[in-house]
Order: sequence, then structure tokens, then C-alpha cells
Amino acid sequence: MNTGVEGFMYPNEMQLQWSVLIVLYPFITGLVAGAFILASLARIFHIAAVQPVYRLSLLTALAFMMVAPLPLQLHLGHPERSLEMYLTPHKTSAMAMFGFVYLWYLMVVLLLEIWLDYRKDIVLAARSSTGWKKWLYTALTLGSNRIDERSLHVDERVGWFVTLIGIPSAFLLHGYVGFIFGSVKANPWWSSPLMPVVFIFSAMVSGIAAVLLVYQASCYFRKRPVDMPCLDTIAKYLFYTFLIDFSLEMLDLVHRTYESSQSFRTLDFMVHTRLFGSQIVGQIFLGTLIPLALLLFTQVGKPSEHIRRTLYTLGAFLTLLGIFSMRWNVVIGGQLFSKSYLGYTTYKMEFAEREGLLPAIILMILPFVLLWIMVKILPPWQEQKA
Amino acid sequence: MNYAVWGRMVLYLLGHQTMRGKFDGAEHLVRLVVVAFVAVLLFFALRKVMVPSEFGKYGHFRPAALAEIASKAPVYAGRGACADCHDDVVKLKSEGKHANVACETCHGAASVHAADPDKQKPLLPDTKLLCPSCHEASTAKPSKFPQVVSSDHAGDAACGTCHKPHEPNKSPEDKS
Amino acid sequence: MSMSRRDLLAAAGKFIILSGAAQEAMESATGDLAPDSKYRMAEHYWAMTIDINKCIGCGNCVKACAQENEVPKGFFRTWVERYEVSGDDLEHPRVDSPNGGMNGFPSIDKPADKAFFVSKLCNHCAHSPCVQSCPVGATFESPDGVVLVDQKYCVGCGYCIQACPYGCRYMHPTKHVADKCSLCYHRITKGLTTACCEVCPTGSRRLADLKDPKDPVHDFLRVNKIQVLKPEMATGAKVFYKDLDGSVR
Repeated sequence: MNTGVEGFMYPNEMQLQWSVLIVLYPFITGLVAGAFILASLARIFHIAAVQPVYRLSLLTALAFMMVAPLPLQLHLGHPERSLEMYLTPHKTSAMAMFGFVYLWYLMVVLLLEIWLDYRKDIVLAARSSTGWKKWLYTALTLGSNRIDERSLHVDERVGWFVTLIGIPSAFLLHGYVGFIFGSVKANPWWSSPLMPVVFIFSAMVSGIAAVLLVYQASCYFRKRPVDMPCLDTIAKYLFYTFLIDFSLEMLDLVHRTYESSQSFRTLDFMVHTRLFGSQIVGQIFLGTLIPLALLLFTQVGKPSEHIRRTLYTLGAFLTLLGIFSMRWNVVIGGQLFSKSYLGYTTYKMEFAEREGLLPAIILMILPFVLLWIMVKILPPWQEQKA
Repeated sequence: MNYAVWGRMVLYLLGHQTMRGKFDGAEHLVRLVVVAFVAVLLFFALRKVMVPSEFGKYGHFRPAALAEIASKAPVYAGRGACADCHDDVVKLKSEGKHANVACETCHGAASVHAADPDKQKPLLPDTKLLCPSCHEASTAKPSKFPQVVSSDHAGDAACGTCHKPHEPNKSPEDKS
Repeated sequence: MSMSRRDLLAAAGKFIILSGAAQEAMESATGDLAPDSKYRMAEHYWAMTIDINKCIGCGNCVKACAQENEVPKGFFRTWVERYEVSGDDLEHPRVDSPNGGMNGFPSIDKPADKAFFVSKLCNHCAHSPCVQSCPVGATFESPDGVVLVDQKYCVGCGYCIQACPYGCRYMHPTKHVADKCSLCYHRITKGLTTACCEVCPTGSRRLADLKDPKDPVHDFLRVNKIQVLKPEMATGAKVFYKDLDGSVR
């Protein structure tokens, strides 16, 4: 039936259930969590150097957050019934509980923090703009008009508190996605207490790398110079977070190899054959070791600004490739081997189908389109107004 | 639970506090809290309308599903159904080695026939194809199970040439 | 300003009360089985026993199940696996299940030292990981011990299929909901046995009712050496095998 099957698989296992769209989902939510953590470095930990990207990080997080449910909706057999997850959530199901974690994070953390931080600008824009823009900004004010010192002070205090609870919320957001996989005892590739932790740290890595790239791109499009101390600090945090992430993943690998239980030989074989490209080449070599080496060089060698920026850009791109590969290896890799540990199948990714590569590409472009729109409506940077 | 009354109470308390200056500068946040509160109430109202009746009665599922699943009409009639009309064959079979082989195993699903015998006649299987499906020799089959290599045992002949399916120990010539 | 807020809340309150009243009016019959049915869920707790020594790999069970339950081609609610074990190598059996074993098995060129058939189906676990994972409550354990799928409620996320250690679930290709063996719930609640047990010529598969004191299952469990698939998963599997070899996955 499925000619890509090697060895023995239970008859129902030959076709994969979760496609590239389900690979996209943890990737996108990871970017959300990571971008938010970068923003919180400025707000909570008072790392002034990254203040220039504070608002941009929040908007990036929001843009990806809004796209995050879309790959899931495309995957569901009955998306019209998806509201059931909120109406009758099964409390033992990690997936159901995640719906509320997502909602909490979107409404109470992201949207609230952005609104509080931008409120003064929104009110000013509502007063000064005309036509449909006036309607838009007036709606965004949610009826409030006070921007005196007292109300702004309230905004700042409440916003600080929201960011504070936003940090564990961001960990919960993506750690939970890790738990959705890590709690599946039927799958030895997924089932691990390390899974939520690895997901959190790889999320931070991907989010920081994404903001690094977005920031550089925004400076390029606006024809403004890059704030190098800011960029250097972002790259520094990327490097250290990546070291932790890499250590965790190596710990998982070493532990598996050493214990060498029944599943290991199956997984080991798979990594050396079907998953070689995405695991060894994509995730470990191109996606982790090389960017780590590049970043290490920038930290230790202290090259010129131009070289640093090039290396940061290249490193960040490779990092995103690596983290995407990691999600691919977890989701797709976890379904390539039989639960009998006696066989393997292949994943045939279609192109222009509901769960194919084309929708995946569109869904990855969409957040940047949304971000562009948001940047137009809520500019993250203080421009000198004439 | 009278939501309108509760809502009025909360509003009064909030308004009272605002006017007392405790939330000076935070009216926009108070407004947000009220909107959130209303949204939560609307969600519970939505739940009451949309959640299927008696959901959770036996567990976290829709109890009507049990009846829906159970209401499907069987396709196989079951051993008892054949005996109603064919008790002679059933009695004959019960004395031989195929006593515990159900009629529908060889003759196919028969609930349509059992409901209306003339509407659909069950299969009269080709013994050359049917019998080897159980009795063709294989090392994986239990050694004590009667099995033969049919090409050696029967050559090209159909199994029914020498064996009566309802009385497998006897041949068709055996009138006993 | 405060007047409009008050009005909003009053309107919301009225809406909630009225919709609640409408819901009461719409309340349909209770979720029990058909009112005229004599079947009482509380009197049964279903399981199945499979005697490995009796299975001949004829595939009748697979065929009958597919017909009884309109199982889509290429997917299996039950299936038969053939194991071939060489010498002492329990860790590397040769296993095959051509089309689920529906049309029997091709002959073996080089027979191994030991070969046997294992029929498999949903184990209707008492601590089912699939039920645990369902986000909406579409898959559940009935009060009489059968794990079922509510096809009208399933959203088709596939989490249950990932969570099942036994590979007994699949996504229905046209209905786009999760599907699996229902222990022929529509038959057993009418006093019939499951389709697979009905056509099993050797009596290898047998439906069992653990709550029925006269059911042969109690002796079966007491007298024989009994195994379940993947006991380390602690799923509370209720398909009990007699003489299941250690090489079985």
C-alpha cells in the first residue's frame, strides 16, 4: 500500500498523522515566546541595551501569535468543531488545556502589554489623524482619553506587572507545547521530561534570532543605522541561550545512547538513515554547531562592526533553520518509526494540498505581512516628527 | 444565578471606588476589567447554549453517543439466526469437526437474508478457494490443526470433491 | 457613561437568563440506549480473550470486521500479525501483516524455528491513554468498559492516534474523524457477539464479560498464563492473551 515502508509497521501506522503544519505550530509559538522573553529583558531586567527592540519584539510576538492557530485549523478534520476545545475541554488532555494557556497569553499578556505601552501614542494618533485612520485609532483607545502623568504612571506600573507575569506565561506557553509531545508515553522519541525544557530554550533561541533579523531588516528598510550595542547584546543572549539549549539536547542524546533501551536501536537507525539530512546536517551541523561557532567568534574575536553584523545575520538564519529542523525532527521523526520498533515509513509532503508545503510557506510569510501592517499602525520607534 | 443583579453590584462597587479617587488615572483599566468580566459571562452563556445536553453524565462525553453507536444495524446475523430455519444443517454440523465454525464464516454475512430470506441468498462458496484459507499448511499454524499442502493432497481437485463441509469427516458419497 | 455600562450589563444578564430558559426547553431525552432496549450498561464490563495457540491466521476476523463496520480500505480495526522467531533471538522477530492478514499469509520460503499468529485489536484499556489525550471528550470509556469514538463530536486532531501505544487507531479518510474498533458495541448490546469472534473458526477470539459470573473468562484468566500487550505502558488493557510469546511487539 505505502511503498515507502521498510520492515514491519502496525497496519494503521503507515501514514503519518501530523504533517508539516504541525511542525510549523511549535516553531511559530516558539518564536512568540522567544521574542517576548527578549522584550522582557528590557522591561524587567533593565538591560537598557535592548530597549530599542522592546516594542518591535512585542509586535513580532503578536504577529506570530495571531498566525499560530491557523496551521492547527488547517489540520483538523473538523475545524468547525474546534470551539469544543473551549466549551468542553477535557482536563486530562494537554492539548485542551493548552487552548486556555494560549488564550491567557494572547489576551492578558501580549495584547494588554502592547496596549498599555502604546496607549499614549494611540490617543495622540486618534487626536491628530483624520478619516478612517481616526476611526481605527479611536477604536484602539478603547474609549480612554487620559494621557496625563498619573494615568501613564498607572500604565507603566501595571505594564511592568504584566511583563513580570508574562515571563512565566511565556515559559508556560511553549513549555506546554513541549509537554503536549513529552507526555505521550506511547512514543519513545517524544516521551521525556526534558521535552518541555528543550522546547522552552529552543523557543528562546529562535525568538531572539528572529528579532535579531527583523530588527536588522527594519533598519535596512527605514534606512536607519543599526544600534550596534543593542545588536551585540541580542547576539550575546542568543549565544548563551543557545549553549544551554544545545547542552540540553546533547544530554537527551547521550542519555538515550547510554541506556540503549529497546527503542534506542530503532531511533538510532532512523537518525542515520531517514532523518540524517534533517537531524545531523540540518539541526546539529548547520543549525547548531556552525551558528554557535560564528557567535563564539564574534564574542571572543571581537571583529569589526560590518563582520559582526554579517556573522549575526548568517548565524541567526542558520539558527532558525536549526530550530525548524529540531521541530521537524521531533514531529515528523517521531512518526517515521513503528511503535513495534521493527520498521519505518516515509513522509510524503505534498505541495498544493491542505496540509502541504505551499500552505506552510504561506503561513510562514503571513506573520511578516501582519508585522508590516502593525508597524505601520503602531510604529515601534520614536520618529522625530516635523 | 441572576447575572444582571451581580453585574449591577460589581458596577456599583467599581463606580463607587472610582468616584472616591482610589482608581484615579486607572479608569481605562477598570473599563477593561468590566469588559473582560462581561466576556467571561458571555462565554458561560455560550456554553449553556452550545454544550450538548447532559454532557458529562457518565464521564467526559456526550451520553447520546452511546445510543447512536449502539443503534447501528448488525451486518452479520449471528449463529442463532440460522438455526431458526436451517436447524437440520445446524444439527448435522454440530456433530462434526466444524461444530464451532459459524455459518457466516463460510457463507458470508447473512442479516439481510435472515430478515427476508428471498431478498438475498448467502454465498455458496467455491471449496477450492475457501477451504485452503484455513487448511493450507503453514509452519505458523498450530501443529495439531488439520492442514495439508493442497497441491500434494488434492492436486487440481476442489476440496468439496471428497469432503462435505458440514460433515468434514465424511465424503459426499457417504450417505450415513 | 456609567448609565450605558449599566444598561450593557443588564442586557447581558437578560440574554443569559433567556438563553438558559431556551436551553431547558430544548433538553432532549437522556443519553441512555434506546428506551425499549433491555440492555443495562451497569450489568456488563466487556473484555476479550485471545488464545494464541488456536489462531490459524485465516483472516476471517479481519474480513468480517471490515464488512460489519464499513472499515475503509487500507485501514484496520483488527488485524493479524505473523511472527517468525529464530532460536534465542527474541529481540528480532520477523513480522508481517499483508493487508492486515485479511486474505491470509503468503507461504514462508525459509521457515524459522518458531512461527505463530497474533490477532490484535483495540485493547479497550481501563486507563486508556487515548481517552486521556482527547481534548474535547470525543473518545471515552463507556460505563460498560468499551472505549468508543463519538464521530459527531471528534474534531479530527489525531492526538488519540499518537497516544495509542498499540497502533489500533486511524483517521477515517472520508469522515475525517478518529476511528477504531468499537468492540462491535452495536452488536454486543443486542446480545450478539462481535463480528470477529462470530467468524473465528477455531474459537481463538472470544468476547468476555467480566461482570458475568458464568462467563468462561474467569476460568480462562485463572487457569492460564495470561499476558497483555505492552504491560509496561500500564494501560489496563482488557484484551487478554493466552501464551503470548515474549517476542511479540
